[in-house]
This record gives sequence, C-alpha cells and structure tokens, in this order.
Amino acid sequence: MSSETLDLREQLEEAPSIAPAEHAHSHHHGSGHDESHDSHSEEDELPEVNFIRKYVFSTDHKTIAKQFLISGIIMAIVGLLLSVLFRIQLAWPQEDLGILRPILGKWINESGQLDPEFYLAMVTMHGTIMVFFVLTAGLSGTFSNFLIPLQLGARDMASGFINMLSYWFFFASAVIMTYSLFLETGPAGGGWVIYPPLSALPQAISGSGMGMTLWLISMALFIVSSLLGAINYISTVLNLRTKGMSMTRMPLTIWAFFVTAIIGTLSFPVLFSAALLLIFDRSFGTSFYLSDIYIAGKALENHGGSPILFQHLFWFLGHPEVYIVLLPALGMTSEIISTNARKPIFGYRAMIGSILGIAFLSFIVWAHHMFVTGMNPFLGTVFMLLTLIIAVPSAVKTFNYLATLWGGNIRFTTAMLFSIGLVSLFITGGVTGIFLGNAALDIPLHDTYFVTAHFHLVMGSASAFGFFAGVYHWFPKMFGKMMNDRLGYLHFWLTFISVYLVFFPMHFMGMAGIPRRYYAASTFDFTQGFTNMNIFITLSAILGFSGQLVFLYNFFGSIFKGKKAPLNPWNSNTLEWTTPHNPQHGNWEGQIPAVYRWPYDYSKPGVNNDYLPQHIPDGAIQDWDHNPANASLLYDENGNRVADTPAAHH
Amino acid sequence: MQQEIKIEEPDFRIHPKKVVLWVSMVSIVMIFAALSSALMVRQGEGNWNYFKMPPMFWITSGLILLSSVTMQWSLVSLKRESFPNLVTGLWITALLGVAFLAGQFMGWMELVNMGVFFRDNPSNSFLYILTGLHGLHLIGGLIAVIWVLVKAILFRYRANKMLGVELCATYWHFMGALWIYLFLFLLYHYS
Repeated sequence: MSSETLDLREQLEEAPSIAPAEHAHSHHHGSGHDESHDSHSEEDELPEVNFIRKYVFSTDHKTIAKQFLISGIIMAIVGLLLSVLFRIQLAWPQEDLGILRPILGKWINESGQLDPEFYLAMVTMHGTIMVFFVLTAGLSGTFSNFLIPLQLGARDMASGFINMLSYWFFFASAVIMTYSLFLETGPAGGGWVIYPPLSALPQAISGSGMGMTLWLISMALFIVSSLLGAINYISTVLNLRTKGMSMTRMPLTIWAFFVTAIIGTLSFPVLFSAALLLIFDRSFGTSFYLSDIYIAGKALENHGGSPILFQHLFWFLGHPEVYIVLLPALGMTSEIISTNARKPIFGYRAMIGSILGIAFLSFIVWAHHMFVTGMNPFLGTVFMLLTLIIAVPSAVKTFNYLATLWGGNIRFTTAMLFSIGLVSLFITGGVTGIFLGNAALDIPLHDTYFVTAHFHLVMGSASAFGFFAGVYHWFPKMFGKMMNDRLGYLHFWLTFISVYLVFFPMHFMGMAGIPRRYYAASTFDFTQGFTNMNIFITLSAILGFSGQLVFLYNFFGSIFKGKKAPLNPWNSNTLEWTTPHNPQHGNWEGQIPAVYRWPYDYSKPGVNNDYLPQHIPDGAIQDWDHNPANASLLYDENGNRVADTPAAHH
Repeated sequence: MQQEIKIEEPDFRIHPKKVVLWVSMVSIVMIFAALSSALMVRQGEGNWNYFKMPPMFWITSGLILLSSVTMQWSLVSLKRESFPNLVTGLWITALLGVAFLAGQFMGWMELVNMGVFFRDNPSNSFLYILTGLHGLHLIGGLIAVIWVLVKAILFRYRANKMLGVELCATYWHFMGALWIYLFLFLLYHYS
C-alpha cells in the first residue's frame, strides 16, 4: 500500500480525536495556520505514484468517480443501441432487416427477420444495463464518489481501498454482462426481472442457459460492488464531515446520496437472497420457485415451490431500486436549480423529510408490481394506499422545485435545462404512477406499454436527465474544462423532445391494451392500428439517440479542447469549488475549509454578491464580498484571512 | 437560522471502521430477513414438512452462547491489559467456533438420517440454506478471531489500541445472536 493511502488513513484515524482540539486551538489564536501545517507538509512529501496506481487501481475518489462515469457512458451506449435495434424491429416487423446483419450477425435469418428470442434478449439486456449499470452504478457511482468527499470537506472516502474494490467489482460485472451478449445461445432473455421459471430452468429458452448463468454471476458481483460503495458512502457521511458541517448543513445532494446508500444496503441483500435461491434451483436441484412444470410434455421433478415467492423477493429490491436510481438525480437537481435560480432552495428541511419519507415508503410498496398475481384483494388495497401516499413526498419535492424557481434570477445553463427537464418528466411520469398504483386500474394496464411509458419517464428519463445535469454542472470540477453550451442546448432539446415523442404515444398504446415485450405488433387485429405509431416512436428514438452523439462529441471533445474553467464557474456555495484546479489526491492542498452556514445562501440581503459560500464566516463577509473571484480564500471563524491558502496561487 | 458562527463538533462520531462493520451487519440482517420472510410466505402456502430439530442444534446453541461469553471475557481482559487472559479467551473462542461448525455439520447428518434431504420440498431446503449461510458467515468471523488471536499473541493490542478486538467481538456476538434467532425461528416454524 502506498504511503499516500497510509497518509490518508492516518488522517482519517486521527480526525475524530484531533478535530475538537484543533478547533479550540485555532479559536484562541485566531489563526488556522498551525492546523494547516501538518496536512500540508505531509502532502508535499508525497512520492509520485505510478501510472497504474494513479489512473487504473486508484484509491482517489475523484479518479474512481471518473472511472464510473466513463464506464457508465460506455454501458449507456450499449444499452441505447440495443433499444434502437429492437425499436427498428417493432417499427418494421415485416421488412427485410438485412442491413442490421453487420451488427446482429446470425440473429438475422436468411429472409432478413430478427430472431424472436434475440429480440427478448435485447429487451432484457437493455433493461438490465440501463437500470443497474447506467442509472445505479453510472449515476451513484459517479456522483456519490465525486461529491461526497468534496462537498463534505473530506480528503477521501472512509476507505479508499474498499472504494477501489467497489469499482473493480463493478467493472468485472459489466464485462461479464456485456460478454453475455456475444454468447452462441444469446444473453438472458427472460426480462430484466428474471422471473422463474424462465430464469430457473436452463432448458426453458435459449437465453436461460449460459446467458442466465452469466447474468447471475454478473449481478452477484454487482451487488458486492453496490454494497461496498454504499458502506463507504454511509460511513464517510457519518464520520468525515468537516468542522461545522452538521447534518442539517449538508447540501441536498449529499442527503440524497446518503439515503440512496442506506436504501442500497437494505435492499440489495434481499436481491442477493433471491438470486441465491434461484442459483440453488438452477444448479442444485432444489424447488424454491419451481412446481409441477412440464417441458415438451415431460414433467419435471420439482414440486412444492412458488414462482410468486421470487417476485416478492425481487420487488422488495426492485421498488427501492427505483429510488436508488432517482434520488441521486433529485438531489443534484435541488443543488443545480438553487444555484442557477440564485435563490435558496425552498423548504430545505421539507426536502430532507421528503427524501426520508420516500425512502421509508419505498420498502413497503413492492407488491404493487404484483397486483395481477392473484393476491388477496385486501392486501392489494393496503399496498395501493401505501403506494399512493408516495405522491405526497414526491409532490413536496416538485412544489419545492417550482417554488425555488419562482421569482428566481434564472440562468439557463445546460445543467439547469436538464434539471428543469427532470422536474417536467418527474411530473408527467409521476402522474401515471397514480394510475398504476391503483389496483383496479393496474389490472388492465399491467404489462402494457402504459407501464413502459410510465417508468421510462419517471425513472429512466428523469434519472438520465439528472445524470446529464450533473455531468454538465460538475464537468468543470472533474476535468478543469467547460463543456460547450451551444452543443449542450442542442443535446438538451433533442433529448427532451424525443423523450416525449417516444414515450407519450406509448400511453395510448398501453390503454389500447398493447402488451409490452412483444416481438411484433402485427400478429393480432387489435394491435395493427398502431403500426404507424410504432414507426413514429422508432424515428423519435433514433432522433434521441443522435442527440446523445452530440453529447458524446461535446463530452470527449471538451475534455481535450474545452475552454479552461474558472475555479467556481457557477458562483456556487458548496465546498467542492474551493479546491484548486485538478485537485490532488487529498483534495485541498492546505487545510480543509470549515463550514459556517448552510449551502443555499444565494441572493442574501446585505451581501453584494448573489452568493455566499459555506466556508465564509459572518465576520468575513465584507472582506470576501470584495474578493469573490478568488474562490479559494479561506477565513477562520473570526473572519481573519488564513494566511496559508496555497490554492489561491492557482 | 443559518447565521450562528459557533462551530459544534458532533460528539457522536465513532470510528469509521465501526460504522463499516455495523452497516455490513445490517446488510447481513437483511439477507436473513429476506430468507426468513420467504420461508414464512412459502409456509403459508401449505404443503410444509414439520419435523423435530436435530438434538445437535441444542448443543451448538450452547457452544455459541459460551463462545460469546469467552469473547467478551477476552475483551474485558484486554481492557485490563491482562494479556494471558486475552490470548486464552481468544483460543477458547476460536475452538468453540470450530466446535460449533462441526456440530452444525453433525446436525445436518442427523437431519439426513431423519430423511430430511436438501433436494426435496422447499421446507427442507430452507433449513439447509439458512443454517449453511449462517455457517459461512461464522467462518468469516472465525477467520477474524484467528487473525486477532495471532495479533494478540504478538502483543499488538493495548487497552488504548483495541479496535481490532472490539470489531471482532461485535461481529462474533452478532453471529451468536443471529444463530439464536435462527434456531428459535426454525423451532417455531418446523414444529
């Protein structure tokens, strides 16, 4: 282990005991000079770490965040490409799709028809990749890793090593999942929810064999990765906050990441249990989920199991997973909307309360995914009631966003557009949640395109918008460069318009009873009226996909050729903007700033600037007001400038 | 509200590694909670096998309770800097842990002799899954006990430097409590 890690660990181990003493010390002397001494001098002596330790097996949370970001983007390209491919099949099921042969190879037969089982596999893999690899690992992995230490004023995560493990478990898991796309028998094809018996019997469909095995191995690694990450996030938030950073002064981003991590530690183990029993059913002849099954007229030995049991276990993870995906996006939106409206977030405590409320409720609503499994109607009513109650904290968040925007001095940065877009999608998709949460309405709508439309808007697209908002907002801190705004606007409008064009019509298809996951909508009379609409949706999806190419060009182009970013490009209040350009491992070169206020002091009366960062004490407002451009000026609690501010030299 | 300059250091901060351990234990609790509730849902659907718990499980319950006592004794000995007692206590704990695992395995043998096979009705499979998964987690604890024992023999601990022993003791007590819960749960659901 390098001395760098040891240094950080020492700092972590000493931090709890030293901090109060330091505080008392500086209080008497009115200068933070002494406390900055130890960390600064130690870091000067850091030896250069080699390339592999710095960029590959790094324990620096910022590098790990970028690794998650790039991996997430690559997985998103794979997932989006799959969706474009199966959308093409849905639009032109009768046509010769021979032009796709270079991509799909043998899955297009001689007459140019897509293999139906591979269609199911693509739908399955699209769901799996998007939900877990992009919106869970790509989103939480990137921004929890990047922002938790930076916004809390910590030098790194509680354990950089566990953090590194978390990424590499994810990496292995992503490689295995992607590899399964190239199997001779195809990847898993039973839907991303992997309901038995399709997932439990290797002989059921071609994707149930090796494809399903790899799916399970990949997800086992993924669960380990998520748990290692979540454990780290929780202990960092609880232990490594800088001086003055009480829980009620944390940015809402951190609250969202923190609660997301708690949800993850409570729900992923349940998926592990479900998968464990599934593995025993598949490979060791038990019958947890299997009973009285005939394959090709022959009865299997399994008896006494219940496939519904799997659904209970799966959705106990599955529903909280929705909020694992969504809450980080909502947290970042709170931060970005407040910053760019130049107004304090409306209802800070209500926001925290609604995050906690959503988290709590998310654990007791899982059976609303199972209204059609023949459950007791009374039980269905209970779950319906609990589900509809989620509308309350969700509405609190929505109204708070709108109230924050109201009367604000709004700057339409790209990140701001995506955040407002998120609020729009959250409302549109959330309203249909009220329909689907109602057992009586869910029974006809279940497994139709209405459901597809609902969760793509409220969970998929809204979270993706949060992801984009986060990338545009924190790109300057991640890479020291600005992203191009014009390309950003183009990306936003292409994405925003195409998302609505793709998913809004699906509501009508769902109400007409078109089932999801069908290979072609041309088989039955009642589905044929939607042929043109399917073509329209597919064209819109291709439009949306091309919008993402703009993003890719902007993202990778800006890393190399972007305009150099100022230290605090958005005039934001949070601590990450006090770090120097391209911060080293350890984040702050000198002392860590202490925190004297909440993160949302925008347009504060009596302050000339329309923002007042968290690390500025009241006594220093006057002095800081005249030097705001120097983002890294540090003060002690009496308002005296701290002499040693190395970051200021940059 | 946000104006006060006074900086309060929260006093509740505990060592990050303890938080990591506690959060990990919560994850483990959720694994067993999921399996327990799966068992209850499955039992509610009928076609459930009832049978007597193997007598060996009563003995192993005694062993693991005793090992918790010796683990705690080790911890207290370390607090008093009584190093021979620390080492003795950890030795006994480790041996009791091994005896527990051996006893669990003999319990499985007794089950097989009673005709309760793993690959049969899920009621049987659940019993093996729950006890087996607990055993696996206990092996992890046993490795930790042996690790701490080696470090204790090498005099790496002091009364003011006992984090490793504390973490190990917490996890070991947790394993004991988990087994007692599981055993009561199984007794209730199979008789």
